[in-house]
Amino acid sequence: MSRPGFVLEVDRSTPPILFHHGEGFRLERLPAGSRVVYPAEPVAPLKDPDAAIRHALLNPVGDSQPLPSLLHSGMKLTIAMDNQAVPLPPMQQPDNRQRVIEIVLDMAAAAGVDDVELIVAHGLHRRQTEAELRHMLGDRIYDAFAPHGMLTQHDAEDHDNLILVGRTEQGEHVELNKRAVTSDLLIYVNVNLVAMDGGHKSTMTGISSYRSLKHHHNVTGMQHSRSFMDPPNSELHNSTWRMGRLLADAVKIFQIETTVNTDTFPSQFAFLQKREWEWSARDRASYFGVSKSLERVPPRIARSIFHGIKSPQKMTSVQAGEVEAVHKITLENVHRQHLVPVQGQADVLTMGLPYVGPYNVNSVLNPLLVMCLGLGYFFNLYRGKPLVRQGGVVILSHPTRWEFHPVHHPSYIDFFEQVLTETTDPLEIEKKFEDDFATDPWYIHLYRNSYAYHGVHAFYMWYWGAHALQHVGQVIIVGGEPRAVRRMGFKPASTLRDALEMAEDVVGRNPSITHIHNPPIFLADVT
Amino acid sequence: MRFIGPRFPLGKPNWPTSVPRPPVERRTGVDYETEWSRTYPARVARAVIVDDVLRPALRAIASPTVHGADRLVGLEAPAIFVANHHSHLDTGLVLTSLPERFRHKAIVAAAADYFFTTRAKGAFSALAIGAIPMERTKVGRRSADLAAELLDDGWNLVMFPEGGRSPDGWGRAFRGGAAYLSLRCGRPIVPLYLEGTGRLWRRGKRFPKVAGKGEGVHVTFGAPMWPEEGEDARRLAARVERTVGALADEWSTDWWTARKRASAGVTPALTGPAGGAWRRAWALDADATSRSGRRSWP
Repeated sequence: MSRPGFVLEVDRSTPPILFHHGEGFRLERLPAGSRVVYPAEPVAPLKDPDAAIRHALLNPVGDSQPLPSLLHSGMKLTIAMDNQAVPLPPMQQPDNRQRVIEIVLDMAAAAGVDDVELIVAHGLHRRQTEAELRHMLGDRIYDAFAPHGMLTQHDAEDHDNLILVGRTEQGEHVELNKRAVTSDLLIYVNVNLVAMDGGHKSTMTGISSYRSLKHHHNVTGMQHSRSFMDPPNSELHNSTWRMGRLLADAVKIFQIETTVNTDTFPSQFAFLQKREWEWSARDRASYFGVSKSLERVPPRIARSIFHGIKSPQKMTSVQAGEVEAVHKITLENVHRQHLVPVQGQADVLTMGLPYVGPYNVNSVLNPLLVMCLGLGYFFNLYRGKPLVRQGGVVILSHPTRWEFHPVHHPSYIDFFEQVLTETTDPLEIEKKFEDDFATDPWYIHLYRNSYAYHGVHAFYMWYWGAHALQHVGQVIIVGGEPRAVRRMGFKPASTLRDALEMAEDVVGRNPSITHIHNPPIFLADVT
Repeated sequence: MRFIGPRFPLGKPNWPTSVPRPPVERRTGVDYETEWSRTYPARVARAVIVDDVLRPALRAIASPTVHGADRLVGLEAPAIFVANHHSHLDTGLVLTSLPERFRHKAIVAAAADYFFTTRAKGAFSALAIGAIPMERTKVGRRSADLAAELLDDGWNLVMFPEGGRSPDGWGRAFRGGAAYLSLRCGRPIVPLYLEGTGRLWRRGKRFPKVAGKGEGVHVTFGAPMWPEEGEDARRLAARVERTVGALADEWSTDWWTARKRASAGVTPALTGPAGGAWRRAWALDADATSRSGRRSWP
């Protein structure tokens, strides 16, 4: 049985704590009295995932009939699925999506359904390459559907293929992929990595248009999402739920959600997931070997090594049926793996950031993504109240190189050069710059035809951290490239000790410190 | 001067004082896992060891003679073989004396605190003689459960119910373990009497003596014993002990005399006379004199 997460009180006997640091690691000694939040160990996976999927499809939850009875010859069936932003790192084959969709397609074939289209629900993310699609869906699905144009990637700027379903009472436009909305049945297949994913958010971000997305992807919404990892208290989710219910009235949706455990890294990186005092001689040797060799290779090589990692995460649950009933069970399963009770807030929150976030699979974690990963995702991994107090300090550990992937993140470069040089205030940025970037024809062209994130996506990265920026007094990045760090309005520090000293200027002497120990990820239940 | 090892991560990490240490998972003693030794490849290896190494070696050292094997005709496996215990030769002797249908599916209950103190010793014992660890200093559910499970699975069990080799040449009272297993699993106990092994390699000696002419050891099988109606483990153990005593009597006198003495309840006890240590040693020596014609003491 996996051990639950817990909070370690650091004392003189505590060994140095592992910090992720981009494509490397650091062992840092935290001052006595600091607290380290350790995640739970990976929960046991399903013994027979395929049987569990079949069982879920035949025994749906909520107001839904078993899948085979929803399938009939002559119908129009669309299967949408999460893109490669989840899980992280990409999981070893077979991916949950491949397993689920193969079984769904088996049933569709048995029912004689001819008109089937698969849509990768990218939202405003970049398109995936053939290799990435093959990894996610497997060769069988790719070879059967892609050559006939029946495996498509959602295009939020293809206005001929978008349709306005309606407007909510709050005036939110629900504009989605036409194929999905005009189908007799829309099946959505997700991988619920964290509590933020899934539910109505899947369709409302994955197959919607910019016009639709901006109702919940905005600064005010994010500032009122406390946190966006806790759907009942998240404005992001309130909005997507309102919009999703409108869609559910218009289209028959069959939602299939899966959860994975936190077995994040393969055995050669086993030390990353172990508690330091339990490192065996082998763990210490692999830590030493890996970290020393990573120090000696150029970042480009280190990055390609890390992005080659496929995680051994395994399916822990699968449920299908009506969206909200399904998502309720999914969240229980996510919480079963992720929740760690933590008492009280700290003056300083420290975290080591890894090389990968949802938006840089096979790409560069540029400074904006560092901000988004630290102040967006990690900061928001709480339920109740943030791990750091109002006006406290967040210390991130990451190299934060001034480096962008020109193909994947073109608008990020301009955001960094043109927008952040003027202001770092999310509200002002939204008001002054968002429209220009979102409607820029060149970015739209790159998004539709190349492998670029949408022009507005860089803004969303900044908005994702808006709640943290509003909440904390200062952000310090340990080991970050000073000019890149300063551009974002943060402070660079070369060591953790320096950073803690700098933090004392803001929060006073002898601050209380909480450290987020990752990987794997968790959700702090702060009381 | 105290040697200070390399620091973490080169050296071992400290264990934080606030984190309780999990109980160390013991992998030796009674917790040694012997399942591998009952896999087919290990059984083949053991058959080779018992038949082609142990048997010729024992023949060279101890020149054993087997008596009463005919008493096992018609007995179906599994059974519990119990014998008196004087020497390290005993286990090999019992194993190599067992009829073939028992021999290659036999396990030996071996002292967890002696044969399984290290993983290497445990592996050797498990492979060579099919040993399973048996708790002898306290009552252990684990070892009893394992033995019962294996009996139910069709494995024959060799046990020495005295709980160790004789310290003084006399036998010791039989413990109830074998009887308990017999009752629990409903399988018979086959008593054996081993004579002379203590003479060749008694407790405390590093190496065995090679048996000279006429000094060979003797293995006597008794008739299989089934638990009687209403008999408990303690009574059954005592009955087995008396039967082994009768087998000893049978070897030193003759079958008819031994039967008569057993019926009259006057079979000499394996445990020897009561009294001080010197008197027991004296009696043992006197007994030895009667057969070898030599007094070794004083």
